[in-house]
Amino acid sequence: MVNQYETVFIATPVLSETQMKEAVAKYVKLITDNGGEIVYQEDWGLRQLAYPIQHKTTGFYYLIEFKAESQFVATLETQYHRDERIIRFLTVALDKDAVAYAEKRRANKAAKAAAPAVEEAPAAAQEEEAPEAE
Amino acid sequence: MANENKEIRYLNSPTVEVRKKKYCRFKKAGIKYVDYKDPEFLKKFLNEQGKILPRRLTGTSLKFQRKVAQAIKRARSLALLPYVTDLLK
Repeated sequence: MVNQYETVFIATPVLSETQMKEAVAKYVKLITDNGGEIVYQEDWGLRQLAYPIQHKTTGFYYLIEFKAESQFVATLETQYHRDERIIRFLTVALDKDAVAYAEKRRANKAAKAAAPAVEEAPAAAQEEEAPEAE
Repeated sequence: MANENKEIRYLNSPTVEVRKKKYCRFKKAGIKYVDYKDPEFLKKFLNEQGKILPRRLTGTSLKFQRKVAQAIKRARSLALLPYVTDLLK
């Protein structure tokens, strides 16, 4: 059964930019090679971790939204487990509300990127959309 | 007669403090999905030690309390929120 999924992984901060790109490319390729379809990707960059993982206090976060067969998730997670660059990952199936939210979030990001000078929306709207993760 | 009785009772015991009614912010704002990727928003449902606040304090409906709890746990596993801490806010 084809579902929409969302996966976030944290890569070690010791990677260089090209190594990080390589890691991302690997997983994107893995998804598309297994009949999946990339819906959206987002690089959160180097972030502070809320608690140390493997003695590291920072990590590169990367978000991929994709559509794939449900059996594929196990394959993806096995690859994560085997990959020493990945220190943490989470894969979540998106239900219809989550898909709607993800689309809205994407649209918001795009709008913000297009017009960075525009001020935040009024408080009521912000409450509804839940401010961006920063 | 009945009416009079009611009125008298009301006059004898007027409500002193009017407590503000709690409400479920998700129902009110029409939010359907609680995002685990937004730690700043989820912090509204945590106390200073990073523990999840009970429904009786936040007023969240049961349906959304479950979703909030799920989202917080996901955020914790991704190190977006701490499991234990002091002075979160």
